[in-house]
Amino acid sequence: MLAVVNVLGSMLMLFSVTYVLPFVTSLIYRDGLAIDFVVASALCAASGLVLWATTRRHKRELRSRDGFLLVTLAWVLMSLIATVPLLLAIPGLTFTDAFFEAMSGLSTTGATVLTGLEHLPPSVNLWRAALHWYGGMGIIVLVVAILPILGVGGMQLYKAETPGPVKNEKLTPRITQTAKALWAVYALMTIACIGALHLAGMNWFDAVFHGFSTMALGGFSNYDASIGHFDSLSIELVVILFMLISAMNFSRHFIAWQQKSLRAYATDSEAAAMLWLLSVGVLGVSLFVWTSGVYEEFPVALRHVAFNLVALATTCGYATQDYAAWPIFAPIMMLMLSCYVCNTGSTGGGIKMFRTLVLFRQALRELLLLVHPQAVTPVRIGTHIVANHIVFAVLAFVVLYFATVVVLTFALLASGLDFMSSFSAIIACINNAGPGLGVVGPASNYQGLTDFQTWVCSLAMLLGRLEIFSFLVLLTPAFWKR
Amino acid sequence: MKIIILGAGQVGRTAAHHLAREEANDVTVVDKDDTLLRDLQDRIDIRTVQGNAASPQILEMAGAAGADMIVALTNSDEVNMVACHVAWTLFGTKTKIARIRAQSYTYHPALFVSTEGEAPPQQFGGFAVDVYLSPEEAVTAYIERLIRYPGALQVVDFADGRVRLVGLRALKGGLLVGQPIRAIRDHIPRVDARVAAIFRGGQSVDVGGDTVVEHGDEVFFIAATEDIRSVMAEMRKSEDAVKRVVIAGGGNIGLRLAQKLEEDNHQVKVIERDKARARRISEQLRSTIVLNGDAADEELLVEENIDSADVFCALTNSEEANILSAMLAKRLGAHRVMALVTRPAYAELMQSGPVDVAISPQTVTIGSLLAYVRRGDVVQVHSLRGGAAEAIETIAHASRGSRSSRVVGRTVEDVRLPEGASIIAIVRHGNVIMAHHDTVIEADDHVILFVADKRHVEQVERLFQA
Repeated sequence: MLAVVNVLGSMLMLFSVTYVLPFVTSLIYRDGLAIDFVVASALCAASGLVLWATTRRHKRELRSRDGFLLVTLAWVLMSLIATVPLLLAIPGLTFTDAFFEAMSGLSTTGATVLTGLEHLPPSVNLWRAALHWYGGMGIIVLVVAILPILGVGGMQLYKAETPGPVKNEKLTPRITQTAKALWAVYALMTIACIGALHLAGMNWFDAVFHGFSTMALGGFSNYDASIGHFDSLSIELVVILFMLISAMNFSRHFIAWQQKSLRAYATDSEAAAMLWLLSVGVLGVSLFVWTSGVYEEFPVALRHVAFNLVALATTCGYATQDYAAWPIFAPIMMLMLSCYVCNTGSTGGGIKMFRTLVLFRQALRELLLLVHPQAVTPVRIGTHIVANHIVFAVLAFVVLYFATVVVLTFALLASGLDFMSSFSAIIACINNAGPGLGVVGPASNYQGLTDFQTWVCSLAMLLGRLEIFSFLVLLTPAFWKR
Repeated sequence: MKIIILGAGQVGRTAAHHLAREEANDVTVVDKDDTLLRDLQDRIDIRTVQGNAASPQILEMAGAAGADMIVALTNSDEVNMVACHVAWTLFGTKTKIARIRAQSYTYHPALFVSTEGEAPPQQFGGFAVDVYLSPEEAVTAYIERLIRYPGALQVVDFADGRVRLVGLRALKGGLLVGQPIRAIRDHIPRVDARVAAIFRGGQSVDVGGDTVVEHGDEVFFIAATEDIRSVMAEMRKSEDAVKRVVIAGGGNIGLRLAQKLEEDNHQVKVIERDKARARRISEQLRSTIVLNGDAADEELLVEENIDSADVFCALTNSEEANILSAMLAKRLGAHRVMALVTRPAYAELMQSGPVDVAISPQTVTIGSLLAYVRRGDVVQVHSLRGGAAEAIETIAHASRGSRSSRVVGRTVEDVRLPEGASIIAIVRHGNVIMAHHDTVIEADDHVILFVADKRHVEQVERLFQA
């Protein structure tokens, strides 16, 4: 327990360095907040130092059990610390809303409680985007890459944070190298994304902001109208491309980079399924929206559906149109896709395409067994055979996932929110997508919620980002028994 | 160094543990058994690949293309040989070490060709295996040395067997016990020996001329092979040479040991449980009596006069059975009992308990492996005290460039060694020189060091890098 606090302390000290980015921005744009970021950074470093120094004697190798506790604590604590600059810079912001905003940033949800984003100081705006970026690949993965303290413990942490059912696949023998490799690929692609956005017509600040937000599949924007503000087809196309890249497994990107060839993608059945599902979805919903008469011309419908559907399905959550006003089939379909589309090891959320495929194949296997009771059929994804214990883990995950959705939706309903808003808010938050429907739809935001409702949504985001298990295991009595 | 270990058996796992502990090594382990691998990956920071170790596809996945060394330790000699050959031919892996158990292969060294200095995929009239290890052979030789020196806990060779490092427990009755170490010069003036380390209650004690050897100390000393007996007499009452040996378990190690011992005119009895196996080994042994029965059977042991046995060795596959039958034999009057124990935790439990010597086969094997992995010019590494300490033989090189060497040209006391490490002997042009505080180290000397705490090994090695 105290060993966990010790590592947590060093993590906080490391995290204090991240305030350099908004601090420099503040100096460039002279928005007068530079000192606030110094205060926030000092506070972070000081609390880290206290935690680290007082528990130094208890330092030891982390066990797998410590991993869950550490990861959950780290995410809550980092979100807490990240509220400091928001509270200092935005007068009248309540702590509840600040925490929601910070958690939404780190968990790459992209739901906001702020309006008049254009008028926020640039440094605060960039801080929101930076939170996305750190949370996208994972703050723990970053810590494992940078701090050499963890050893095997690093693997336990990595497993507790990284999304997806198959976590034993290391890219390199040492866990720190794996973490470094993932962050290197992530950082390079972010630079590419920023450059492409600038070429497509954004100014540098907007490009950096949306580069961070897009690669992390976050969804924060520095305009109330989100990407709709630019009304530019080329920007939308660039964003779609990078959302798709980020929704794929970063291990694949790393292997492709290492082999200097695109061969690695050819065998990626998960990405193939994603692209297939998205293509069908975009075409179908476009046709539906067009025939319902929302848009006069099909190409216009296709453009708007393609962007908004891909944005929501990949759990990014940008918007260019108020799609909540489209006939209800379309927005519900888009929201449901956000549960399934993202790949294992991507920066997105949801159940993940891999799990969906496993469940689907498992269901087919059961059907086959009805016809041939003696048949021996492995669950196969592409050429990869999925072991039975993973199939069971996937089943358990999906059960817990939907149970969580139901419980949290009821919590919102009990607090007096209407059904559509409650359900869509929980789905959007647990998938780390962002905008829901109803009062939390793309045209408005989460500002209208009560404090209680905001906290429920914050919890949903945390559960979604840590894929439920890492958090729920802390609530089991067995975890705390010696 | 990028290292691929094939096989996650006892030896493979121990090797992975030892190698991954050193920061500079990146270890990938290949095995067919997924559960074994998952368990291993949870404990140490390595990568694992599941599949057939000899398959080119699996080797490629394990990163053979960029690997510096491949260590084939699966339980099949054939897989090990083929894997090494494939790694060389397809991926040009520089160093290939294979575990070869069957004597029928090791009798023909022509089967194995070292690829040193050649460019892949150059082919030879044999398997491209640079080094082959035979754990059974190493363990047999090790046990044989222990039997040769009654009272020794550990005996390891340096400089092709010309000097030996011996670990033993000092007992009342030894001439030196209760006296300072320097007194040894008066007792046996002709003999040049050096006490390398003393462990008292598990803790290392600083050794100087004034250090007093106490009853119960674990003492390590080094001496020329022919002087070992007289030095041992200093530490404990000398015992008669071993005559009667009872071996429990007629497996590979048991059989080899019996063969070696009967050559030296020992009276050997082997107890083997499996009837067919007992028959087979009886055909391969001459004077040895092979008994078909259970080594934990009290009546059998009594009937075979266990009380007059000088040494009882429990060498079956089951370590628990080894411990229990050794304890039983001791109770029934066997003079000295040894048990083959693989788990380090068991080995620690046994030492200084009812079992006189716990033999851990992996520490015997791992030493020869470590020598190839270590940086600098490490010739030999011996793991001691269940892996906690090490004895290293390394070459001192003259410095290149203007920087003066931290070792060559200095006296032994001037070399700045980490805590618990000491230079104990030097081999120069084939002659063994015991290290004294004023001995000057010359270029190309083989320096033998004792490192009481394994964590300091890297520091020692850095010192010897030119």
